[in-house]
Amino acid sequence: MSEPRNITLEILRYQPAEGATPYFERFEIPFTDDMSVLQGLQYVKDNIDGSLTYRWSCRMAICGSCGMMVNGVPHLACHTFLREFDPGPVRIEPLAHFPIERDLVIEASDFVAKLEKIRPYIVPKEPRTLEAGEHLQTPEELERFEQFSHCINCMLCYAACPQYGLDSKFLGPGITALLHRYNRDSRDGARAERMALVHQDDGVWGCTAVGYCSEVCPKAVDPANAVNLNKTASALSFFARFLPGGGER
Amino acid sequence: MSARSTQPVFWLLFGAGGMLSALIGAVLVFITGIALPLGIFVPADVLSYHEMAGFARHWWAKAFLFLVVSLFLWHGAHRIFHSLHDLGIHAKKAPALACYGLAFFGTVVAAAELLRIGF
Amino acid sequence: MKRTYVRSMDGWWRRDPFFLHYMAREATAVFVVIYAAILLVTLARLAQGEASFGRWIAMLRSPASIVVHSVLFAAFLYHTWTWFRIMPKTMPPIVVADRRLAPWQITALGLAASGAASAALLAAVVALAT
Repeated sequence: MSEPRNITLEILRYQPAEGATPYFERFEIPFTDDMSVLQGLQYVKDNIDGSLTYRWSCRMAICGSCGMMVNGVPHLACHTFLREFDPGPVRIEPLAHFPIERDLVIEASDFVAKLEKIRPYIVPKEPRTLEAGEHLQTPEELERFEQFSHCINCMLCYAACPQYGLDSKFLGPGITALLHRYNRDSRDGARAERMALVHQDDGVWGCTAVGYCSEVCPKAVDPANAVNLNKTASALSFFARFLPGGGER
Repeated sequence: MSARSTQPVFWLLFGAGGMLSALIGAVLVFITGIALPLGIFVPADVLSYHEMAGFARHWWAKAFLFLVVSLFLWHGAHRIFHSLHDLGIHAKKAPALACYGLAFFGTVVAAAELLRIGF
Repeated sequence: MKRTYVRSMDGWWRRDPFFLHYMAREATAVFVVIYAAILLVTLARLAQGEASFGRWIAMLRSPASIVVHSVLFAAFLYHTWTWFRIMPKTMPPIVVADRRLAPWQITALGLAASGAASAALLAAVVALAT
């Protein structure tokens, strides 16, 4: 363990009140090489200002709760080390492109509503009984969707996506990746229903292939790939629907 | 459930134009804008009315030139349309009409001029 | 009633080098259109006849035109580079010899195809012209 040094955290604060605006507040804290940004925030809350508000849970990059902007780039606070920014200051702000609720907590109801809209669960192709037994799936069938199943709903990709920032009606990277995960799962039968969302102007057609979403994803889901593959699928279906047998499946 | 987007049409044209320009755009600029005018790699008198009209009378030359002009215009129109949105212009109908309209107009003019050159 | 604060998107693309590169990539579209317009005028002048096309040739031979085309050339090279850099994101997994092609390999194949197509076109033009 090395000698404790100090680093300054410059945190965007916001308390909702009539006419309130966000403001930066600086906190100087001691830190060691093994401290994450989340631990830095916890030091501030435990020792300097108990009113500092932020979301966190697992502190091991699997729950997706602690997404925030660190020096202007979306990060998971638990997954990002203060030593990376030494000597600082480290600028910490709530996830971009979401309304700020309080301090580092953002209003995520739009994301949740979209999540519900895409039916993020296996919808069986036909009704099954327990007697039918479990679904059988080969390793090849698993490979078709597994990468996209790693999404932890952390919303870093939404903070990265300028199209979502410019127009929050856009379905967005992470939700499209999840939609794709279920469409590609051999057990699922609701692809046609999900594609109806894909085909809209605010579906995949709001994407301009910036690609930043895949850069910031902590789980290598590659949402940019999911969205752009669905552009091809949507474009082919746009014309194929006029052909016999070209309906959505 | 809102209506299906019409973007697929323009996106496919954008993709075709983008791929064509990515494969041979730079070399075409070199050929038509630098090599032919300055006589590099080719005789200086190749860039003349006689030679160029002779070339453009072939149906395959017309087809190639039409594809280049038209697809490059559709590629640019689609990208510029979306860039206007990126730059803060949030109207959709007027910019779309302007961008795609100009590409369509250019396509028609290209076809007309290529036919005017004759066979 | 939640009083949430919505931050402005003004100047969003100036805030990060990644976005600056994205805007530069998108800006190549302007140069593609300018070149298409130059070709279109060339066709129109050709259709108009010898005198009109002769004046256009003189314009194409001017230093200003050479400079413009040099800028266009650079822009098209940047378009080629950025096009094949983003292309892997638009493709499904491509499996060769039991391994999935990495993005850099797909980009390299695209750039190679561009080099080959360009060389072939240049060779064809030189052959036709002589």
